[in-house]
Amino acid sequence: MAAPTVDRADAGAPAAVQTLTIAKAINSGLRAAMEADPKVIVMGEDVGKLGGVFRITDGLQKDFGEQRVLDTPLAESGIVGTAVGLALRGYRPVCEIQFDGFIFPAFDQIVSQVAKLHYRTQGRLKLPIVIRVPYGGGIGAVEHHSESPEGYFAHTAGLKVVTCSNPADAHWMIQQAIACDDPVLFFEPKRRYYEKGQVDTTAAPGPLFASRVLREGTDVTIAAYGPVVRTALEAAAAAEEDGRSLAVVDLRSLSPLDLGPVYESVRRTGRLVVVSEAPGEASLASHIAAQVQQECFYSLQAPVLRVTGYDTPYPPAKLEEEFLPDLDRVLDAADRSMAW
Amino acid sequence: MSSSEEWTHPGPDAVPATGAAPTAEQVIAGLKATDEGGSDLVQLLTPEGERVQHPDFAVDVTAEELRGLYRDMVLVRRVDREANALQRKGELGLWAPLLGQEAAQVGAGRAMRARDMAFPSYREHGVAWCRGVPPTDLLSMFRGTDQCGWDPVEHRFHPYTIVIGNQVLNATGYAMGQRFDGAVGDDGGEATMAFFGDGATSQGDVHEGFVWAAVYDAPVVFFCQNNQWAISEPTERQSRLPLYQRARGYGFPGIRVDGNDVLATLAVTRWALDQCRTGNGPVLIEAFTYRMDAHTTSDDPSRYRLSDELELWKLKDPIERVKVHLVKQQWADQEFFDHVELEAEELGARLREHCSSLEAPPAERIFSQVYAEGSPVVDAQRAEFLSYHAGFLGGER
Repeated sequence: MAAPTVDRADAGAPAAVQTLTIAKAINSGLRAAMEADPKVIVMGEDVGKLGGVFRITDGLQKDFGEQRVLDTPLAESGIVGTAVGLALRGYRPVCEIQFDGFIFPAFDQIVSQVAKLHYRTQGRLKLPIVIRVPYGGGIGAVEHHSESPEGYFAHTAGLKVVTCSNPADAHWMIQQAIACDDPVLFFEPKRRYYEKGQVDTTAAPGPLFASRVLREGTDVTIAAYGPVVRTALEAAAAAEEDGRSLAVVDLRSLSPLDLGPVYESVRRTGRLVVVSEAPGEASLASHIAAQVQQECFYSLQAPVLRVTGYDTPYPPAKLEEEFLPDLDRVLDAADRSMAW
Repeated sequence: MSSSEEWTHPGPDAVPATGAAPTAEQVIAGLKATDEGGSDLVQLLTPEGERVQHPDFAVDVTAEELRGLYRDMVLVRRVDREANALQRKGELGLWAPLLGQEAAQVGAGRAMRARDMAFPSYREHGVAWCRGVPPTDLLSMFRGTDQCGWDPVEHRFHPYTIVIGNQVLNATGYAMGQRFDGAVGDDGGEATMAFFGDGATSQGDVHEGFVWAAVYDAPVVFFCQNNQWAISEPTERQSRLPLYQRARGYGFPGIRVDGNDVLATLAVTRWALDQCRTGNGPVLIEAFTYRMDAHTTSDDPSRYRLSDELELWKLKDPIERVKVHLVKQQWADQEFFDHVELEAEELGARLREHCSSLEAPPAERIFSQVYAEGSPVVDAQRAEFLSYHAGFLGGER
């Protein structure tokens, strides 16, 4: 992992550096945001006493009380719809949607109200709402628990969409999302929740809505986000053993997309593979491919390739390893790109 | 209301025993109540202009106050008729008429205090009037020159909400915030009003709003204007029972008021707001009224309802009954009525003049305020757009 905070930790290991899982890092980020601003409230199903089904909000209700950590009735539209009113009253609600596939009952409130009220009123109303969504597959779950719905929201003007791939980003990005005056969809890679990494809780974080080059390379650029960033890094490490140099860019922000570092890398490598778990049709991966061919047409030595989930509903869990982009599919795409 | 306890803790006879389906007679009685208002209808001024008493809801209004309510309704009706005519002339893209619902909206709107907050649907022109929104500001959304037209913070009147029922949850959340802020209590408490129609009661968001408000004791008055028709769908398509009776299932009071009676609506809404702002949680009001005109100017009610029904409801006109009462009481003379009519004429003229002055904003408005903190993607598109336009002679396409 080439994130700057991790580099510094490796070098000097200051006291503020902790080894945390992504889950704990989001928890510590939420706690820091709640301590910093009494208007921050956490709301959702089971977020209080249970600490959320993934325990991301563990201990927050005990320390901040039932008025700042609301165990809500079980209705997603209600969670987001009341968050709108709370935001208009001056609060900064952080909503938890329990699983990706459960966000659709709230879709109407998110795209009809959350996304549009600022624009409709020309800035008179602000909606500083964060909607946290554990997303993606790979945990052997049943239907509706493994989906990647981020594209719907990146497609909607008025929303910002981010996703983290490591504990340091998880800790800081959630705080930055909460501090943002725009509504932010915060997608959490649930199959990476319990992977550990070092978090420097004092180092100033980089900008929230920016991608980051995690690994430089000269042969093929891999652009990835969320749970498949690790897959991309593993592919790059494996390729290196074969004498092939893959660059890896963690997109981090899906709306707005920060494709500058991708363009720069593609101008060096001449090749791009976009990796995402979401189905590829009309997807973020498709959009990135289109943007890169538009901006880097004369640099490209091969068509932009996409490694995505298939254009099917998410399959039964016993088949998800075939569905999800894995190391081999990424390496195969890199080979196809090189062979062009 | 004799006792709030009665509503908070309904007795064992209040609802049918678990598993017992309502009998056919009960259902029919419910539908009859829907048709005629029913025996639970709170009324303080009859269609004939006679004051009547209600054991739970009393209201004392001075002659001046009643003249004020009359004036409100006449002017609001004029705003509505002018806007409707403007749409017919092609000046507005659409209009949602409020004809017939003036008493429901003025009664509710005048019951509110300055610090209360209102979340309207898209037909609440009368509530907007009471919140001090200049009627001219109502036109811009329907003309397509803006998407709100007023400052929702200054007037404490949220933008119109077109997606049915969304605003009920938004209002409930706002009311939760009022409670969290400690703005509930005997002195200076605040409350919120959520306005919606009978069709909206079928939406999940309205149900969820009721659930949230109940469990968080949110100070929100749910004000349902049952105008009998959700476009072409009658109330029977929304409910087997009178809508106000649903409140009991959520554990808060539900009251059906004659929505064509401005005094009854005022009295009931004042009571409900006081319940909320003193910490007793939400109230549902069903204002039993009638949409005298189309759903919107795109609608054709002659396809789905009988003119007899319209004629019947004309006899219950909300403005005429106040006029009759004012005359009977000798609280107003012809000079007063002439003066209000003159005001209405002037307001209509102002509205027409203002409408034609509403022009499309500069094209850059497309890109304005999409985000509070901006977006490089939108910025780039704006720059590209401006560059494209600059390529034409004089910058005009």
